[in-house]
Amino acid sequence: MNDRLRISRRGFAGGALVLAVSRTPGFAQGFAGLGMSGEGFAPVVPGKTFAFPADHGPHPDYRIEWWYLTANLVDSAGTAYGAQWTLFRQTTRPGPQQEGWANQQLWMGHAAVTRADAHRYSEAFARGGVGQAGVEATPYRAWIDSWQMRGLDGMRENTLAPLELSASGADFAYALRLDADHAVVLQGEAGYSRKSERGQASYYFSQPYFRATGSITIDDRPVEVTGQAWMDREWSSQPLASGQTGWDWLSLHLNSGEKLMLFRLRQNDGHHYASGNWILPDGKTRQIASADITMTPKTLTGIEGRKIPTTWDIAIPSLNLAISCVPLNANSWMGTSFPYWEGPIGFAGSHGGVGYLEMTGY
Amino acid sequence: MTTGKQIVLSVRNLTKAYRSAGEQIAVLRGVNLSVAAGERVALTGESGSGKSTLLHLIAGLDRADAGEIRLADTSLSDLGEAGLAAMRRDRLGLVFQQFNLIPSLNVRDNLVFQSRIAGCHDAAWHAELVERLGLGGLLDRYPEQLSGGQQQRVAIGRALEVKPLLLLADEPTGNLDEATADDVLALARDLVARTGCGFLMVTHSARLAATLDRHVNLSAGLIT
Amino acid sequence: MNRILWILAVLLSHWRRHPMQLATLLIGLISATALWSGVQALNQQARSSYDRAAATFGGARTAALVGRSGATFPQQLFVDLRRAGWPVSPVLEGRIQIGGRSFRLLGIEPVTLPAEVGNAPAIGRAGLQSFVTPPGEILVSPETLSELGLPEGASPPASGSAVLPPLRVAAQLAPGIMVVDIGIAQRLLKLPGQVSRLLIGKAGGHRVPLENVTGDKLHLIAPDAESDLERLTDSFHLNLTAFGMLSFFVGLFIVNSAIGLAFEQRLPMLRTLRACGVSARMLNTVLVVELISLALVAGLVGLVCGYLIAAALLPDVAASLRGLYGAQIPGQLTLKPEWWIAGLAISVVGALLAATASLLKAIRLSVLAAAQPYAWQQAQHRWLVLQSTVALAVLGAAGGFLWLGDSLVSGFALLAALLLAAALGLPAVLELVLAQGQRRAKRALAVWFWADSRQQLSGWSLALMALLLALSVNVGVGTMVETFSRTFTAWLDGRLAADVYINASDDAQATAIKAWLRERPEVAAILPGGRAETQINGAPVEVLGIADHATYRDHWPLLQSTADHWARLRAGDSGLISEQLARRLKLAIGDAVEVPAPGGNWTLEVVGIYADYGNPKGQIAVNFAALIRRFPDIPLTRLGLRVAPAAVPALMSALADKFGLDGRNLVDQATLKAESTQIFNRTFAVTAALNAFTLGVAGIALLTSLLTLGNSRLPQLAPLWAIGITRRQLAAIELLKTMSVALITALLALPLGLLVAWCLIAVVNVKAFGWRLPFHVFPLQLIELLGVAIAASLVAAMIPVLKLARMQPAALIKVFADER
Repeated sequence: MNDRLRISRRGFAGGALVLAVSRTPGFAQGFAGLGMSGEGFAPVVPGKTFAFPADHGPHPDYRIEWWYLTANLVDSAGTAYGAQWTLFRQTTRPGPQQEGWANQQLWMGHAAVTRADAHRYSEAFARGGVGQAGVEATPYRAWIDSWQMRGLDGMRENTLAPLELSASGADFAYALRLDADHAVVLQGEAGYSRKSERGQASYYFSQPYFRATGSITIDDRPVEVTGQAWMDREWSSQPLASGQTGWDWLSLHLNSGEKLMLFRLRQNDGHHYASGNWILPDGKTRQIASADITMTPKTLTGIEGRKIPTTWDIAIPSLNLAISCVPLNANSWMGTSFPYWEGPIGFAGSHGGVGYLEMTGY
Repeated sequence: MTTGKQIVLSVRNLTKAYRSAGEQIAVLRGVNLSVAAGERVALTGESGSGKSTLLHLIAGLDRADAGEIRLADTSLSDLGEAGLAAMRRDRLGLVFQQFNLIPSLNVRDNLVFQSRIAGCHDAAWHAELVERLGLGGLLDRYPEQLSGGQQQRVAIGRALEVKPLLLLADEPTGNLDEATADDVLALARDLVARTGCGFLMVTHSARLAATLDRHVNLSAGLIT
Repeated sequence: MNRILWILAVLLSHWRRHPMQLATLLIGLISATALWSGVQALNQQARSSYDRAAATFGGARTAALVGRSGATFPQQLFVDLRRAGWPVSPVLEGRIQIGGRSFRLLGIEPVTLPAEVGNAPAIGRAGLQSFVTPPGEILVSPETLSELGLPEGASPPASGSAVLPPLRVAAQLAPGIMVVDIGIAQRLLKLPGQVSRLLIGKAGGHRVPLENVTGDKLHLIAPDAESDLERLTDSFHLNLTAFGMLSFFVGLFIVNSAIGLAFEQRLPMLRTLRACGVSARMLNTVLVVELISLALVAGLVGLVCGYLIAAALLPDVAASLRGLYGAQIPGQLTLKPEWWIAGLAISVVGALLAATASLLKAIRLSVLAAAQPYAWQQAQHRWLVLQSTVALAVLGAAGGFLWLGDSLVSGFALLAALLLAAALGLPAVLELVLAQGQRRAKRALAVWFWADSRQQLSGWSLALMALLLALSVNVGVGTMVETFSRTFTAWLDGRLAADVYINASDDAQATAIKAWLRERPEVAAILPGGRAETQINGAPVEVLGIADHATYRDHWPLLQSTADHWARLRAGDSGLISEQLARRLKLAIGDAVEVPAPGGNWTLEVVGIYADYGNPKGQIAVNFAALIRRFPDIPLTRLGLRVAPAAVPALMSALADKFGLDGRNLVDQATLKAESTQIFNRTFAVTAALNAFTLGVAGIALLTSLLTLGNSRLPQLAPLWAIGITRRQLAAIELLKTMSVALITALLALPLGLLVAWCLIAVVNVKAFGWRLPFHVFPLQLIELLGVAIAASLVAAMIPVLKLARMQPAALIKVFADER
C-alpha cells in the first residue's frame, strides 16, 4: 500500500500527469507509467459534434476516459447517504485495438457508499479484450466484474435514462435505478472543456438531472433510498500542464433546481485554474470564468498523514452565490491503489442543497 | 575458663543422634563448650566419640537435634542454608583433613579465594600471612606440587585470610609426620594469637593437645 | 557479581588443569551442534525453496478452481466468475523446452492476481506494461538465468518455432519456473483462450454460487498448508533429520561423559567451596552459568562447522531432490537468523540435557559425605540393574512401535527406541561377558584382567555406547544402501528393456521418425509409449501405456501377478500397478481401481504389481492402445527402439542429424541407466557422509573417554607395577583390555546393525517411499566395518597406552606417596 501511495505521490510531484483531464491522475499515471505525452493518441480539439448513442460508448483512440456517477440519497428516516460508481478506461498504447489479452485497454472500477458515520469503498481492475470489463453503447452497458451500469428497456440516448446501477464490496452493496427527463448537458464550450491556460482540454458532458431510487446495504442491513444523481462522461489524450499539482471538483444540486459544476486545478505558482458551469432546470447552461470563482478551503482534516480541506467557502459574484460546503463525512477517503477524497456534501448560504466533492493531489 | 574476654563460641546442651540400622545412636548428649577470643582449645576423644560431629555442627555443615550454638551474637539455629554459608564464608576459618585445597588453583589463588568470595580481601594481611607461613616461594605452585606440611600451611592461611572469629581445625596434622605437625601447629598458634580469634582443634594426639591453652575431652557424648 | 565471577573463576580453573577434558566437552558440543545445524541448514534451504515454488503464483497455498478432468478450460469461465463476484485470476501452466531443458511455464494475469499470491508486476508497479505487452517478458529466478547462460534481456532460443520473450530476473521466483503473462503463455503453449486453473483471492463480497455460474465444469480445491513438493520430500527430510538427530545424541553422549567425569573430579572442589561458605544455590547457579557459557562458545563454533558441512553436502542434496522429486534447490546456501539462534539454543539445551545428572548431583551434594572421586564405580551394580531395566522398557516401547505404528514417524521411533535400548543394555551385556571371562580365568593376571575390565566398565560405557550406536547405524545404513543399489540395478535392467529412447517434440515429428525408422533394417522393433496424468484420491498418478510386445513381456519385472496378466492387459480393462500405489491404496491382485479419465472413470482390475523405485508418484501400467482410447489427448511422442547393440551409435547419430534430436530427447539404454544410478548414488551419498561423520564422532568419544580415564587408572596400575610387571607389559594389557571391550561391542553392533537395516528396509523405506526391498546381508561389508571399528578403537586406545608405556616411574611411585 505504501509503495503504491508513494508512486502516486511521486507522480504528483513530477507534475507530468494527465491531471487536467484525469479525475484521478494517479490512476492514469500508474497505468501508463511514463511521461504521458499525447503522441499517437487522438487529440482533443474544439468543435466536436457529439453523437449519441455512440459517445456513450468508449473512445479507445483517446488515452483516458471515465463513466463517473455520484448520488446524494436519503432513506425514509431522513438519513443522508452518498453513492459513487466509477469506471475508468485507459489505453496503454496507441494503435489499432488488439484481440484478447493483447488488447491495450486497462479498466479500473471504484465504488463507494457514504453515511455520516461510515465510508465504504472497493476497487477492481481488469484488462480489456477478454470481457471482464468494458462499455458498450448499444444496448448501453458498462461493467467491471460484477459491477454494472446498464440501460433499461426504453432507454433514450439523449437522456441516458432509465439506467440500472449496482456494485458491491466486502462490507457494502447498492442497487439504484436512475431516471431523467432532460437531455445530457455539454460542459465547457459545447463539450470542449479547457483544463489550463495552455490548451490542455477534454471532451466532457454530464447528466446532472438523474433521480435515483434503490437500496443501499451497509454491514448486511439494507435501506431503501431516494435522491439525485449526477453522471460525468469525459475523455482525453493530452497530458496535464506542467506545474499542476491536483484539483478540487464539485457537482452541486441546488434546492432551487439549478445545478452547478465547479473545478479548480491547483498550480505550483498559486495561479489556480478554475472553471464552472451553471446549469438551469431547463438544460440551458452558462459558463463561469476562472476569475469569477473564489474557492476558499476552510477546515483541514488529517487523513493518512495528509491535510485535506473538507469544508469550503465558495463565492461566484456574477451569480450572487456565496455558500459554505460541509462534508457528510469528513473521512470520505478513497484509500484505493490511487487514493483521493470523494464524498457527499451539503451546502448553505445564499443557496442550499447537496452535492459531491472530489479532491486529488493532497 | 577464661574470663574478661569476648566469648566467640558458645555451645549449650547440644544433642545429636544418628539413625543407623534402625537404631537411634546418640552421638552428642548435651554438650556444653565455649571458646573465647584468642583462646586456643584442643578437643580430644576416642574414635567415634563425636568430635567431628561436634565440629561439623559448629561449622553449620549439619544441624543439631537440640541445644544451641552461638557464634558471637548469632544463634546458628536462626540461620537458613544461605545464612549458614554466609557465616562460614565471613566469620569462620576451616582447616580439615580432607578437601582443604582446590587442586586446580595455585597457592596464591587457594589462599585468597575465600576472602575474595567473601569480599573482604586485605592485601596487607595477605602479604603478612604469606610471610609468616613461609609460602613466598611457593605462590605459583599447585597443591599436588607441595608437601603435606606445605599444603596444610596453605589451608591455615586460606582459613585466616578472612580474619575469622573462630578457626576450626579437624585433625589438621593427621597426615603429617611429627616434626612437620609441630611446625604447622606452632604457626597456627602464633597466627591465632596474632588475629585474636578463637581456635578449636580436634585432635587425637594428647601431645599436641597439650600445646594449646585448654584441653577438653569428649567422651560418651559429653564434655568431660 | 564479583562473588559470582570469583566462584566461576575457581570452577573454570579445573579446565585449565584438565584441557583434555575441556576439549572433550567442547568437541562433543561442537560436533553435536555442527551435525544438527548442518542438517537443519539443508532442510531449511530445501523448505524455503519449496515455499518459493509453492508461493509462485498460486501453488497449493492458494484456493483454486480447476477443471473436472484436470484439463484446461475456456477463459470465458474466468470472465463469467468475475462477473458473478468471484475474485479469481487465471493461470495457464505448461512446459517449455529451452536448450534441451524442460521448464515449467506459468502464465499469470497480473492485473487480477490476488496480492497475497505472489509478487508479480502489478498495477502501480513498474514493469507491468513491458510484462503484458507482446512480446512480453519471461520472469526467471537468478539461478535459472545463470543456468541458461544468458544475460538479462536476451531472448532464449526455443526448440519449436515460437519466438520467446526476453528474460527478466525476479529474485523471489523458484528456480526452474518461467513466468509470463497469460496471453503470452497461451501463444507459447498453443492454447489460445485456455486456462489451467483460477486462483481465488481473499477479497470478500457477494459471490453467486459456483454451480450457478459454471455448472459442474469446475471444482474448488481448498488451500493446502503443505505443498505437493513438501509432502513428497517429507520422507527425504525426515531421513536427514533422523541422521542429524542421531549425530546430535552421539555428540551429547560425549558431552555427558565429559561433564560426568569433570563433575566427579571436581567434587572435592565443590565441597571445599561449600565449606568455605558458598551456598548450594549460588554454587548451582554458577555451575549452570559456566555450562551455558561453554555451550555458547561451542555452539558458535559448531554453527560454523555446521555451515561448512551443509555447504559441502548441498550439491548432493540438491541433486537428489532434483533427481527424485524434480525439486529445484539453489546451490548457494542462505541462512536465516533463526538458524543461528536455533543452533545456539540446541547447543545450550543439549549441554544442559547432558549435564542434568551431574547438576542434580550437585544440587543434592552433601558437604560432609566422604570425598571419593569415583563413587559412581561403587554403585555400579545398582546402576547396571537400573539401566538394564530402562533398556528393557525402551525395548518394549520399540516392540509397541513395530506392532502398532503405521507411519514414518513411528518407523523412526522404532529405530530410535531400538538403538537406545541397545545402548542402555550394552553395559549389562558387557558385564555378563566380562564376568564369564573372569570366572573361566585361571592365572592371577588373567583374573585381574577381567576383574579390572569390569571395574572400568562404567567409565568406558558411554564411549562404548556411542561406538555401538555409530557402528550399528553404519551396518544398518550400509546394508540398506547396498541392498538398494543391487536391487535397483537389477530392476533397471528389466525396466529399461529398449535400447534407444526417443521423445519427439510433437506428434508430427513422432510420426515422421516412425516412418523413417521403419525403413531401417537394424531396428528390430518400434515400441510406442505414452503417459497420462490423473489423480486418485487427490494424489497424482501416472498412467503408463506400454506396447504389447515381447520386450516387455520378457523383461518387465513384476513383484506379483496373475498367470495371464499380459493377455489380460490387452483387453483394456486391467492394469499393472506400482508397489507404491498398491500400498497407498491398499490394493491387491484382483482388486479394482477407478482411474479418472476425460471420458469418465476407467475401472481397471489389478493383475500385477511391479516395483517402481524412485518414483514419488503412483503409477499404473496399461496397454498402450487402451490408454490412447481413454486418454485421446496425450502426446504420442515417446518411442522405444529395439536395436542390435552394435548398431546403436550409428542409428543415434543418424537420428540426431535427421531430426535435430539431442541428448535430452534421444538417449540410449546405457546412458539412461548410468543417469538413474547416478541420481540414486547421490541420494545415498548424503546418507553415507552423515554416517561417516557419526562414526567419526563415536571415534572421538572413545578416544576422549579413554584419555580422561587414563590418569585415573594409575592407582589401579601402580600396584601391578610394584609387584614387577613392566610398564611395557602394563601398556600391552591395557591395550588388550580396551581392544577386547571394543571388539565385543563391535561384535554386538553387527546383529544390531542388521536389525537396524531390517527396520530401515521393512519399515522406514516402506513408509517413506512406498517400496520394500528384498533383505540381503553382505558379509564382506560387515567384516570391513568391523575392521574399521577395531582400527578406530586401536587409534583411540593407542594414545593413552603410549603415554602409559613412557610414563616416568616417579609418577607411579607418587601414587604410593599420596597414599599416606
